[in-house]
Amino acid sequence: MSTVQFTFDGVTYHGNKGEPLSAALLRNGIKVVTESSYRLRPRGVVGLGYEEPCALVQIDSGSGEPMVPATKIELVDGLVVRSLAGVGDLPNQIDKARYDKTFRHVDVLVIGAGLSGLKAAQKAANSGKSVIILDDQFEAGGYLKDLNEKIDSKILNSLKKNNVTHLQRTTAIGLYDQNYVVAIERRTDHLSAEILPEIARMRNWHIRAKEIILATGAFQRVLVFPNNDRPGIMLSHAAATYLHKYRVGTFNSAVVVTVDDFGYQDAIRIHKSGVKVQAIIDIRKKVTGKLLEQVKKLGIEVILGSTVVNTSADQSGSLNSVSIAQTSLEGEVIGIKQEIKTDLLAVSGGWTPTVHLATYLNLKPVWDKKIAAFVMPKLPQNIKATGFSNGEFDKVTNPPAVFFGIIPEGEDAKVSFIDLQRDANVRDLRRAVGAGLTSVEHIKRYTTIGTAHDQGKTSGTTTMGLLGQLISKEPHEVGTLTFRPPYVGVPFSALAGRDLGILSDPIRTTPIHSAHLLANAPMEDVGQWKRPWYFPIEKENMHDAVLRECKAAREDVAVMDASTLGKIDIQGPDAGIFLDRIYTNMFSSLKVGASRYGLMCGVDGMVFDDGVTTRIAEDRFLMTTTTGGAAKVLDWLEEWLQTEWPDLNVYCTSVTEHWSTVAIVGPKSRNLLAKLAPTLDVSNEAFPFMENRYAEVAGIPARIARISFSGELAYEINIEAWYGLHIWQEVMKKGKEFNIAAYGTETMHVLRAEKGFVIVGQETDGTQTPQDLGMDWIVSKKKDFIGKRSFTRSDTTRNGRHQLVGLLPLDNKTLLPEGSYIVNEGDSKKEGKLTHIGYVTSSYSSSALSRTFALAMVADGRNQIGKFAEVPIGNNVARVEIVDSVFLDKENTHRDG
Amino acid sequence: MLLINCPWCGPRDETEFHYGSEAHIGYPEKPEELTDKQWAEYIFYRNNPKGWFAERWVHNVGCRRWFNIWRNTVTHQFGPSYKPFTKQPSRPK
Amino acid sequence: MTIKRRHTEELPEHPDFLWKNPSPKKSYDVIVIGAGGHGLATAYYLAKNFGITNVAVLEKGYLAGGNMGRNTTIIRSNYLWDESAGIYEKSLQLWEGLEEEVGYEMFFDQRGVMTLAHSVSDLRSKQRNFYANAVNDIDSQWLTPEEVKKIAPIVNISPDVRYPVLGATYQARGGIAKHDWVAWGYAKAASDLGVDLIQGCEVKKVKVENGKVVGVDTNQGFISANKVAMAAAGHTSVLSEMAGFRVPLQSRPLQALVSELLEHVLDTVIMSGAVHVYVSQAHKGELVMGAGTDAYNSYAQRGGFHVIEHQLASALELFPIFSRAHLLRTWGGIVDIAPDASPILGLTPVENLYINSGWGTGGFKATPGSGWAFADTIAHNRAHELVKPYSLDRFVSGHLIDEHGAAGVAH
Repeated sequence: MSTVQFTFDGVTYHGNKGEPLSAALLRNGIKVVTESSYRLRPRGVVGLGYEEPCALVQIDSGSGEPMVPATKIELVDGLVVRSLAGVGDLPNQIDKARYDKTFRHVDVLVIGAGLSGLKAAQKAANSGKSVIILDDQFEAGGYLKDLNEKIDSKILNSLKKNNVTHLQRTTAIGLYDQNYVVAIERRTDHLSAEILPEIARMRNWHIRAKEIILATGAFQRVLVFPNNDRPGIMLSHAAATYLHKYRVGTFNSAVVVTVDDFGYQDAIRIHKSGVKVQAIIDIRKKVTGKLLEQVKKLGIEVILGSTVVNTSADQSGSLNSVSIAQTSLEGEVIGIKQEIKTDLLAVSGGWTPTVHLATYLNLKPVWDKKIAAFVMPKLPQNIKATGFSNGEFDKVTNPPAVFFGIIPEGEDAKVSFIDLQRDANVRDLRRAVGAGLTSVEHIKRYTTIGTAHDQGKTSGTTTMGLLGQLISKEPHEVGTLTFRPPYVGVPFSALAGRDLGILSDPIRTTPIHSAHLLANAPMEDVGQWKRPWYFPIEKENMHDAVLRECKAAREDVAVMDASTLGKIDIQGPDAGIFLDRIYTNMFSSLKVGASRYGLMCGVDGMVFDDGVTTRIAEDRFLMTTTTGGAAKVLDWLEEWLQTEWPDLNVYCTSVTEHWSTVAIVGPKSRNLLAKLAPTLDVSNEAFPFMENRYAEVAGIPARIARISFSGELAYEINIEAWYGLHIWQEVMKKGKEFNIAAYGTETMHVLRAEKGFVIVGQETDGTQTPQDLGMDWIVSKKKDFIGKRSFTRSDTTRNGRHQLVGLLPLDNKTLLPEGSYIVNEGDSKKEGKLTHIGYVTSSYSSSALSRTFALAMVADGRNQIGKFAEVPIGNNVARVEIVDSVFLDKENTHRDG
Repeated sequence: MLLINCPWCGPRDETEFHYGSEAHIGYPEKPEELTDKQWAEYIFYRNNPKGWFAERWVHNVGCRRWFNIWRNTVTHQFGPSYKPFTKQPSRPK
Repeated sequence: MTIKRRHTEELPEHPDFLWKNPSPKKSYDVIVIGAGGHGLATAYYLAKNFGITNVAVLEKGYLAGGNMGRNTTIIRSNYLWDESAGIYEKSLQLWEGLEEEVGYEMFFDQRGVMTLAHSVSDLRSKQRNFYANAVNDIDSQWLTPEEVKKIAPIVNISPDVRYPVLGATYQARGGIAKHDWVAWGYAKAASDLGVDLIQGCEVKKVKVENGKVVGVDTNQGFISANKVAMAAAGHTSVLSEMAGFRVPLQSRPLQALVSELLEHVLDTVIMSGAVHVYVSQAHKGELVMGAGTDAYNSYAQRGGFHVIEHQLASALELFPIFSRAHLLRTWGGIVDIAPDASPILGLTPVENLYINSGWGTGGFKATPGSGWAFADTIAHNRAHELVKPYSLDRFVSGHLIDEHGAAGVAH
């Protein structure tokens, strides 16, 4: 064992590498580690593991971490910690450590590598099963390891030989349905106080096990009596281990107070460490057997039928004496008090099997009076418990007393602590009962017991026991233990793993993306896609860029990367019939090579998605969807096919990423296309609107669709995805002579809005029927389709529904904010709540109109056309005229160029 | 993380699936003949029992196929899974 | 950082006496099923506003042991639709005087609620929400990312994150309260006014004769009543079925989590639908966060851990400083969700039987308003104006109130 340096509260100390910080603190004479959160009482080390309620520290070295039990920090050179009073500090520096996750399936998962766990793992491995054994201690051996007893090396060797995954410093934090366990492995903190960038600091194990063996051990309990919180009062197992195993020589003498035989064992260990045990104070009236003889032989006095009834402290607040007295099992002090000077009180208040994981599955622990503990209930078939966690305290000869402490009144009650970290005490418990509370859940909330960092590991059973003593009930009549995951506190970063930053959500880009980046186009997030928003030239702002791009599309030619649109290949002899049921309009009548715009609704009749679908062959359609809706639509199609219409012979495949789509838009797009595809007859007669042609474009076989989302003459060039960039570059090159401009999503929105075309998700919010959008023309009266029945419900047929209209601000420079609400003329200035008639869905400055304009949903909108209304914007009011939703080229003359 | 037995692929983690709520709700044969109330029942009303529930899942990032399965909504225990349009196994005990 | 530090100090104590634990009487004017926040508030307002004190609140477990004790305590009224704004704003107004009215500390703290937008379309819908609030006379501010940073310095507003913060709505009157204290405040006040709070009393059957409710069978025997009001959240489907009608509700797990107590770094409530986060730092210093609902129907009050992990990853994107906070406790409630994510309130097909359900993830903030309007509805045997839009009939007519965008997490 090597000596290392560490810093506690700014002072440098020495300790042994690998021992718990708590041992090093004690050896250095630091009994007072911190103050309690609320009552500011001095507190020291109480326990040995995660049950520690008091000695919590802030780690400042390495990654830094708030509120870690000193009992669970392995001493390394350079460790810097400081004391905390119940409140942690979030480190400000960015954590440079890595955290990762791993996922495993295994036959048997053993949780706990004490002797019982190790044996269980050995047995499973010997029978040929795949096994993981994990344990939250620094080394295997559990309880025996604390006693300094060696585990038979044969067991560990056989695990190794059988390829058992054996993880120490790994804590199972949760048990979930179907035997799913989450465990956190701490991999570097024991190696270095610094961050080791090459090793993940923590690894988050997700393990699905056919069988789980809980060998999780048990925690010792505190006893309740006045001033039971002084530094120097420790759980006896912890005290004996610090003194005997870790050779902590800070204490001069000891007193053991106990309810069971474990107190005797621990007294012997303390004695062996060289510290005089003045007395064992046992609440039990009668004790027999070897242990008793042993302690008597060592000269330790045993006082039966008694317990500790108070303590006192020196100036530092540490224990310097205990008062003992005869006491009944109900907690009534019946004898004369006697004082014993001592600086260590080792408390053996009974053991609580660690049943946490089972309670996460809502299994209720049951009370076992024989061992004075809540034990595992009947477990599901594929979960077993063994060892201490199963209540197998086999070395016991005398049964423990069912005793949790004394229940004083008055001032003494205020310093008789049940939950040390929360400073919750007997007075609180008495008040809770007096307040009319009967449920232990209420009592926990009233007193805050069990809500602190240790989540009631030492206080849970004690609360129920004392409550029972108080109202003359057995502990199980009061309630049972309920815990919630995680078993111990886990840094958020260990749970987030690497799902951060760029890995938090996939980024989807088109094959043309690099060109957009070169053009310095700002990107818009559309679902997971990155889409160019606009293409500024030099220092142009968005407004100017968009006006220029729109002008190019209306007067010359402009080009957009439309590759992100969802594409679904729909094949099969019944594809046409299928689409008739999905879309509100007919598709079975579409001729091969033609395209048609379609609208689909949910069963509730509300618009769900839209897009152009092309009949590629008699039995094959290519559907396009909105960029954000693609996955949703494919799911929708497959659900109907599989669960309603299995008789239809149709198959759907997502081909979004298979094709790049470059849209060329504007009066000169025909000329441009002619240059790009010299073999193609681009005349209006040979290649009419809503038709498709196959031709080579810039040397690449392409399907060209003559469709338009702007009202202008336009073509969409579809090529195999990897040619996207090539086509884009060729389009830009050949388009130069036509003053081509690239445009992004914003210009696309403006162009379509000028024509009154809706965008699903912008004009719609899931509450619009096609009729609301003025699209009655697309709703077939001849056939049934999804959602049709919903159109005749009373709310969908009522007058006054919001309908799509256009708005023209009377001041033609006023840009109405999208989302702003519309009120009747004169209503803007009214006090209080305003009655609104609708809201703005889209609003832009138009180059073609030389003014601003907007689309809106307005109550009974189509009957309001020609009327005036107001849009309150903060303290201002914009007056608007309600107009038709088509602003440009109502006669559709542009589309043929 | 439930472990769900896809009848095509076998047991897989819950994150591979999407939920489809109550099974055996058929699209009405003649929606136009239903009253508004009956239509509302079809669109919006799904059973929500405490205990065994025959429900739908789709193995979304696996075989992408829909299936039905018995699951207990109190214990999260699963009963048998079965393909659409096959005979429903009896309610588990 | 310019955060006002709240030092961890001992909270004021609960009063010496809370409520009586009577045995049920044979008969009541009104039985309220469910001693959650809404049930308790309903009983309180029945007694306080209408003098109806011969009331029992029946609770199968312990009082406020369901969602009332499991939520993330966010209070706000900045909803999109007029109907929602109506009842949530009434609720917020009641919150603003509640501690005084009920005479119980509730730690109601109007520290503001911020809802972040992360994409252009997200921005547009949040803007609409902001303007909708303005016409409904509900306080609301629009914040730029820099203004977000001013109010909550720990938010990462860098444009380089996966989904950068583009703006936010902010309701300064929004905030948090301490849920147990709210429930207990209502319980104590109701008990003081003569309402019987009966715990461990499970309703086994809702008794209906000639289309009219006459009482309930419980594990403590039959209790008759002139009127029965259901306020049983996730268990509403089960109760309705007992009474012979169906409700379009699905019960789903909703999980939440807390950290250990930490020095104060966040002095407002922050929600982000797009990256699935809602978080506040409670009075004593613990970070309180909500996750999304689990996908499936459940009555088990637990969900999957992957939901929590996803939630924490999202949180670290927005709040890098949280990386070393510890997850201390997770838990689940059962939320009852209607198809439009809005509540179902009012009369039922059974005469004198009333329903208050479907609050989904929004129930806590509605507690006072819901109880207030529900009591009025019960007392007058007709739907209060604020309750009317939430009738069961809306699923037949199609007049839904689609608040899917309203929760911090879209589901």
